[in-house]
Amino acid sequence: MSKQITMREAISQAIWEEMERDEKVFIMGEEVGVWGGTYAVTKGFYDHFGPKRVRDTPIAEAAIVGGGIGAAMVGLRPIAELMTINFAFVAMNHIVNEAAKMRYMFGGQMSVPLVIRAVGGGGRQLGATHSQTPDAIFAHFPGLKVVAPGTPYDAKGLLKSAIRSDDPVMFIEHATLYQTRGEVPEGEYTVPIGKSKIQRPGRDVTIVTYSKMLDVSMKAAEQLAKEGIEAEIVDLRTLRPLDMEPVLESFRRTNRAVIVEEGWRSYGIGSEISARIYEGAFDYVDAPIKRVAQTEVPLPYNRALEQSALPHAEDIIQAVKEVL
Amino acid sequence: MEKQDHLDLYHQMVLIRRVEERAAELYQQGKIGGFLHLYIGQEAVSTGLIAARQPQDRVITAYRDHGVALNVGIPADLVMAELLGKATGISKGRGGSMHMADVEKNFWGGHAIVGAHLPIAAGMALGDQYSENDGVTICMFGDGATNIGFFHEGVNLSKVWDLPVLWVCENNQYGMGTTIERASAVSEIRQKAEGYGIPNERVDGMDVMAVRAATLKALEYIRSGKGPYFLEIMTYRYRGHSMGDPERYRESGEVKKWQENDPIGIYRVYLGKEKIAKENQLDAIDERVDEEVQAAVQFAESSPEPELEELFADVYAK
Repeated sequence: MSKQITMREAISQAIWEEMERDEKVFIMGEEVGVWGGTYAVTKGFYDHFGPKRVRDTPIAEAAIVGGGIGAAMVGLRPIAELMTINFAFVAMNHIVNEAAKMRYMFGGQMSVPLVIRAVGGGGRQLGATHSQTPDAIFAHFPGLKVVAPGTPYDAKGLLKSAIRSDDPVMFIEHATLYQTRGEVPEGEYTVPIGKSKIQRPGRDVTIVTYSKMLDVSMKAAEQLAKEGIEAEIVDLRTLRPLDMEPVLESFRRTNRAVIVEEGWRSYGIGSEISARIYEGAFDYVDAPIKRVAQTEVPLPYNRALEQSALPHAEDIIQAVKEVL
Repeated sequence: MEKQDHLDLYHQMVLIRRVEERAAELYQQGKIGGFLHLYIGQEAVSTGLIAARQPQDRVITAYRDHGVALNVGIPADLVMAELLGKATGISKGRGGSMHMADVEKNFWGGHAIVGAHLPIAAGMALGDQYSENDGVTICMFGDGATNIGFFHEGVNLSKVWDLPVLWVCENNQYGMGTTIERASAVSEIRQKAEGYGIPNERVDGMDVMAVRAATLKALEYIRSGKGPYFLEIMTYRYRGHSMGDPERYRESGEVKKWQENDPIGIYRVYLGKEKIAKENQLDAIDERVDEEVQAAVQFAESSPEPELEELFADVYAK
């Protein structure tokens, strides 16, 4: 049995079920409790689980992530929620210098089973500081796992895996996906971290993407199908550790690739994936690999300007036609 | 305290000093790499703190961590081996001087980003509060750390949630080469705790008995469920911030003045005056420490380098 639910519900269910399953799981962050979550992900949690396990924090991201690290080191399984991923920069030291290095640096003595949930993405007229998609930055650091699902099914299953993981996981949500619906089984399931997945089969071109851009790429693929072009879409789902096998397997069949990300092009996900395709499947390249990404400006407030800087289905369609 | 307890504390303080003096030599010989921050002069602080803790009390400190490592009972062999980056080191040669820990002994590290371990300490204390353990997290940091945002976020959170944490500022009066007056709006650090409504006390950090007594009192307060406590422990490091510090920021006379109040010397006088130990007993401990340190150096030097495969171990749990 499965059911159509929203991404918001899928994430909420994952946290709820894990908190029911394991007393050691708790959530802390700005407005997660009495308010019910800035994006209503934890609505109803405070009344059900109480203030001990649904902890409102001061607006102090280093304390949220640092506190989560400490609690994780001594055996709990905290979910530290950052109201938006833009505020992760305020906690950057704790994410990259502490969480990511604790196990390695002390010779394997410590574990940091911490999930840092952070929502990002542009397109909501929030201006330059609140609209970023800086996922690639986090994927740079060995020691961190970085997960960014694009469907409710994957969001629920991956978040459960993240909560059960003994490693620190950066779990990146996209604000404009919360209302997206998808099929989710009613029973218990998990999705493994570190596995890419073909979300749409096709023979002509490989589109590699993740998170919000999966949705946009699917729309582009539908358009292309009307013109007789069948795009295969590989959803990375996890940015670190990166699973290239489905990408390379697809590329060896299609010999053409377009990589789509919402963040900026320079030093981005597309740069990494295209380099790895050239390294791993150079003999199969029939056309230069294309990258679709955000225009390299801080996102503006004005709606038309902001939209023009973000990648859209038309950009993907155009890139696909260029590689064919 | 029993006589043997006193002799143990004396032994620990002398051991820290001798290990570090040897470490300085090994550093100059190029056998220790990276940074080496010596604790010499501050031995009474960590020794008094650790003497007062219960096994369930956790301790976490900054990068000047050899003292705590020895106080909690990491054998000098493993400390020395870590300094030399050997496979037998307490952090398998991956941490070095600044990153020693022994979770089995409830010592949660040596942390090298100034102030960053304070929010982590608050989180560890949250773990104990959440699980209803009666352990206290003892978090040590320098005066320099009280000027960074992490300090304020961690200390504030501890009071908001009444966490069982003992904040211990080791005020050695310099953040690297910058005097406290040039870096902190208030030079009496305990005033910062006052600002967060946390009970606090200034303690003579050259007197191990004073540190121990203040810590016992603070731990009792915290264990009774009243929330955090803050100690500002006045101390002084005789050596530079790290090896290779030209020490242009202070007069040698200042160091000499503090050395007259040497924590080991003060304790020796105390032990004699209180008729706890005779000079020759203490001399015997000194000799034993010399042998221990010699053996530790030998152990470290003859230990193997880590295997190259170790490079990839422990990046992830799995």
